Amino acid sequence: MGTVRNLSRAVCALALAGALSQSRAAAAERVVEITAKRFEFSPREVTLKRGETVRLQLHSEDVVHGFFQRKLGIDTEIEPGKTTEVVVTPAEAGRFLVICHHFCGSGHGGMNLVFVVE
Amino acid sequence: MTKTNPLDRRSFLRLAGLSLGAGALYRVGGALAQTGEGKSVSRLLAAANGEAPAPFAFAQLSDTHVGFQGPPDPMGTAAFERAAAVLDGMAARPELILFTGDLTHDSEDQDERVRRMRRFKEIAGRIRVPVMKMIPGEHDAGIDGGALYREIFGETTYSFDHRGVHFVALDNVSRARPEVGPERIAWLKADLARFSPSTPLVVFTHRPLFDLKPEWEWFTSDGDKVMNVLAPFENVTVLYGHIHREDAHVEGRVRHYAARSLVFAFPEPAAAQKKPLPFDAKRPFANLGLRLVHAGGEKAPAARSIGIEDVELTMREHSGTEGFQQLLRPSPT
Repeated sequence: MGTVRNLSRAVCALALAGALSQSRAAAAERVVEITAKRFEFSPREVTLKRGETVRLQLHSEDVVHGFFQRKLGIDTEIEPGKTTEVVVTPAEAGRFLVICHHFCGSGHGGMNLVFVVE
Repeated sequence: MTKTNPLDRRSFLRLAGLSLGAGALYRVGGALAQTGEGKSVSRLLAAANGEAPAPFAFAQLSDTHVGFQGPPDPMGTAAFERAAAVLDGMAARPELILFTGDLTHDSEDQDERVRRMRRFKEIAGRIRVPVMKMIPGEHDAGIDGGALYREIFGETTYSFDHRGVHFVALDNVSRARPEVGPERIAWLKADLARFSPSTPLVVFTHRPLFDLKPEWEWFTSDGDKVMNVLAPFENVTVLYGHIHREDAHVEGRVRHYAARSLVFAFPEPAAAQKKPLPFDAKRPFANLGLRLVHAGGEKAPAARSIGIEDVELTMREHSGTEGFQQLLRPSPT
């Protein structure tokens, strides 16, 4: 019984340490706010650092938009009235075009932003 | 007894494809009835599938965008109307025309959308052909899940048979995202279940079913799942539009062809920017001109050996009618 109690304490301690670690990591993450409205993202360009974990917080001011970048593994939708979060850690430098891939009207085809990864 | 090479059976439908400003014209198995080997292939397919493919020609038109006004293309429906006149004026009109989406340009005004769809039907109706089939593009169906399109044109995913070829219209636009969706993929699987692997299939869709250039939305996210369903079939041709330019791509044993649009063209996928090619008032149909797409050709003699009518077409941007007539002439064997 004592062993079980000790093990339980150890698990709790590990869990707490993990939670603290996650919390510190989350606190250290840079947060980037991106707003979508027909037919543009704001800002139009975001600079990221290779290996840096960034939390993207996405908002829509009007209709449902898409947010897609194949090489960075981003594929989500942004619903109005909600915050959509995406965590990204770019592994390589370059310019990455992010597109709206949820049809939103006649200017949809030109709705994009660029991630510049340094 | 003549031994038929399985490759020949697979490739009998290789298309002598002509991608035009006025669309693309295809001839199916043109010499099947003319050569001993072709007859053998035809008999095999008839035994396997119940109906032998018979030679016929069909045309593909794409991205007419009725209602679009420039820039970059101020010509409106001029190219579409010209294409309709060319096709209707042919000495031997194709039996079938496929429209691969973006029949109309979208509008916020629902009544205007209706007018554009009716205008499309009016122009398309000038072409006197027995069978005309279409699928939506995102500009027709993305904004309302295809509701208005269905009212005016009917279902967005369906199939039909024509002279031994099974045609499948596959909607990859009305879910708003570039995807077919699990329901339609399940439908496709069920639709194809009754066919033998040797059945020639033509799948027509709007967006490419492979990753042509995802950052330009030239892809279908679940296209690989569609390809898995098509994998058992030996002879699959996918026709699509969306990219406003011609393209030919082979993946495995599936051949993908894009037809040019009837409004402005986009640059090649290798270009840095997806910027429409500029309009040239002196050459209003430039980039919508004639171009021959060879399937088979010198590097695939087996395909030709079963009688593909490979038509040599000279690129002449304003000679649509002549180009079509050239294509209809029997090629030397």
